[in-house]
Amino acid sequence: MVGITSYGGYIPRYRLSRMTVVQNMAWYFPVIMAVAGGEKSVANWDEDAVSMAVAAAYDCMTGKDRKALDSLYLASTTLPFADRLNAGIVATALNMKEAGVSNADFSACMKAGTTAAISALESIEAGKKDSVLVVASEQRRTKMATMFEMFFGDGAAALLFGKDDVIAEFKGSYSVSCDFIDHYKGSGKEFDYGWEERWQRDIGYGKIIPEAIAGFLTKTGMKIEEFDKVIYPCYFGGTHKGIAKKLGIDKEKAQNNMHAVCGDTGTAHPFVMFVAALEEAKPGDKLLLASFGQGCDVMAFEVTDKIKDFNGPIGIKGSLAKRVELASYQKFSKFRNLIAADLGIRGEANPNTSLTVLWRKRKMLLSLVGVKCKKCGTPQYPAMPICVNPDCCAINEFDEYEFADKEATILMFTGDMLSASVDPPAVYGLIGYDGGGRTMLDFTDCELNQVKVGMKTKMSFRKRYFDEMRGFTGYFWKAVPQVEGGDA
Amino acid sequence: MATGIRDKVAIIGMGCTRFGERWNDGAEDLMVEAFQECLADAGIEKNEIQAAWLGSCFDEVNIGKSALPASMALRLPNISVTRVENYCASGTEAFRGAVYAVASGACDIALAIGVEKLKDIGYGGLPEFSSAMGMLNQLWMANMTAPGGFAMLATGYAAKYGLDINDVKRAMAHVSMKSHANGVLNPKAHLRRAVTEEQVLNAPQIAYPLGLFDCCGVSDGSACAIVTTPEIAKSLGKKDLVSVKALQLSLSNGTEFAYKWDGAHFVTTSKASTAAYEEAGITNPREEISMMEVHDCFSITELVTMEDLHISERGQAPKDIMDGFYDLDGGVPCQVDGGLKCFGHPIGASGLRMLYEMYLQLHGRAGDRQLKDPKFGLTHNLGGFPFMNVCSVAIIGKHDA
Repeated sequence: MVGITSYGGYIPRYRLSRMTVVQNMAWYFPVIMAVAGGEKSVANWDEDAVSMAVAAAYDCMTGKDRKALDSLYLASTTLPFADRLNAGIVATALNMKEAGVSNADFSACMKAGTTAAISALESIEAGKKDSVLVVASEQRRTKMATMFEMFFGDGAAALLFGKDDVIAEFKGSYSVSCDFIDHYKGSGKEFDYGWEERWQRDIGYGKIIPEAIAGFLTKTGMKIEEFDKVIYPCYFGGTHKGIAKKLGIDKEKAQNNMHAVCGDTGTAHPFVMFVAALEEAKPGDKLLLASFGQGCDVMAFEVTDKIKDFNGPIGIKGSLAKRVELASYQKFSKFRNLIAADLGIRGEANPNTSLTVLWRKRKMLLSLVGVKCKKCGTPQYPAMPICVNPDCCAINEFDEYEFADKEATILMFTGDMLSASVDPPAVYGLIGYDGGGRTMLDFTDCELNQVKVGMKTKMSFRKRYFDEMRGFTGYFWKAVPQVEGGDA
Repeated sequence: MATGIRDKVAIIGMGCTRFGERWNDGAEDLMVEAFQECLADAGIEKNEIQAAWLGSCFDEVNIGKSALPASMALRLPNISVTRVENYCASGTEAFRGAVYAVASGACDIALAIGVEKLKDIGYGGLPEFSSAMGMLNQLWMANMTAPGGFAMLATGYAAKYGLDINDVKRAMAHVSMKSHANGVLNPKAHLRRAVTEEQVLNAPQIAYPLGLFDCCGVSDGSACAIVTTPEIAKSLGKKDLVSVKALQLSLSNGTEFAYKWDGAHFVTTSKASTAAYEEAGITNPREEISMMEVHDCFSITELVTMEDLHISERGQAPKDIMDGFYDLDGGVPCQVDGGLKCFGHPIGASGLRMLYEMYLQLHGRAGDRQLKDPKFGLTHNLGGFPFMNVCSVAIIGKHDA
């Protein structure tokens, strides 16, 4: 049986109420009041499509063997590198194998996630691969006071495809590919450019999705009534309902478009909505997934008995529950670099990134891999040639040891107003990992007044810096204190 | 068997500039100012100096690399000059180079000079160091500054001893208040205004829980010393010799931040001070040390250092501080000249500036802040961060003590 063997999701914890946008920007473009309900998810300043992809991928691989993956496909239109495999950054963060592995970016289209999924499934069906992880992630910058600003949220979701312990069997796919442009982003441009909404709604979503689904049904001989959930993105509420009507399904069978809780997460959204549907699915349920973007991919799945024993991921439901309101529109604008605030001369330092160091130390820097001494058993980070235990000092007698999935305890910390930071104070401290090992790291997703010595932390892969002069985004791991709520 | 440095080398001259925001002076002006005072104090000719050591830290935004800036500024007679850099211990390292050269017999008279010109960078605090920490470290180390690095020690200390952070802060405030009071008495100090504990506690926060007055001054300045053997010093007619009793250095090896550490003490200071007392023949430092200049880059550093110098018992530094034990009229006066806090902290000069105050006190030349009959003066530098640092401890004293 070929199909989905695991899923994962990541919605960043900040949520921006659309009323906050309206209160700040409706003076400029009052039309945004028409969609002022609900809230959108907002990536922290140190998150982007790659870092959120890592979060969703780790979530999806909970309890799974990352070394067994044959491929990692990353789908997004907001990747930081035009030439450097972005999926390769995610794969290294996951400490995947390098030899015998083939990774790829699927980009430049909102349906790139489903296209990557179909590609993965076809290679597994053909017996060429056993296990492929497909991650879709999006973090779009939008101009102020636009409908895009209102509709778009940030997020990521991952699906693991394989043959063993399948929780949702793949039942076929069908695609329509056409050069229909509802919006586009030109090469080197900062923002999307959209055609009028009537065009997007009536000739785009409202026509292409139903026609593709009709084509799928004709091809497979399946009937729309067989499906318990039909999942398709469309941030226009009325059009979303209209598509259900056109398909002849009850409105409760149409998966909610999540406008109210996180907004449209672009390339990630078909996966985000699909994972939300899987989280509620029972054995025997049939799910029909359709995407949208220069055509439409349609995919069918049937949930198996294995879903009953499946647990572990935080998923979309779990990450939606980890919610903190971002009450300041100015903070949101700064996080997305839409306004210029002064970092001070201290923030000007801009050494380039040594690509040789990055290669030699990729396990340390991207995988958060340290070592465990074979002689004394001490886990340690960073790896050095001589064991850190002064009573041992064994030389180069280590096994690789992963810290990314380890919880830790805060031993000491501060909140630093002098450090150049987009979100001062810069909070950092010394943490001691469960099972041994300790290190000094930046903290994120917390407020200084919530942090205490003794508090637990989890690790999160984050954007460390953006070298504007050279276009290089650097990543590293941060510690996330396990705080409750917040007052951002 | 090593016999240590005790009484093998005497200091015959010292000089120190006024520390502060010396907008109109470059490093060369500062070095010459300190050197002139030092040379006059030593009563020798420049060409009698056979070797020199220069301490400076932030060479990239300061004097640049090599020892040439000192050789050229002082117009030294083409002798050997070596630049040393070891974070905040750089000045003491320069002193160690000169002292060891004399003790070894390699030369008769040597110069140690430290200088730092920090106020040419255009912003407050120490220079940003992400591009000076190495190509690997800049890719992963926390986005730290000096105050943040040391601020963490306060949370670690409070957690270890189960103290309310506000009680630790109160003792930290007393530390700063005391140093400001001493700075008032010192015409060469950078900051010369008294402050109250309340002012310290209510200052704007720099890095939790450190406020502005928990942080030392960032200054320009230079200090230097001329050393020789006690025999030569006597032949030059020097009386009441001040000699070196101990010079110790200890460096972290990574265990604090990667293996085991309570987050409430300095591993290096604890070790270096023990070795220094042994080298100097001191068995009860709380009784025998007359005065100290320690590396009070931040108030919490001084607080914790009192325990690592084995003068306050573990966990008792806040009590000793609040009892006034380290005040000018206390059991072991600390930061007699105002300390880094108020005298200022031009990094490469600081170790020598501390020795300068001990030297003045031992000679009875410390003016309004003169202590009664001091015998041993201890200086201490700590460069880097609590979890990864370079520590130096020096003890000088009366030659016959």
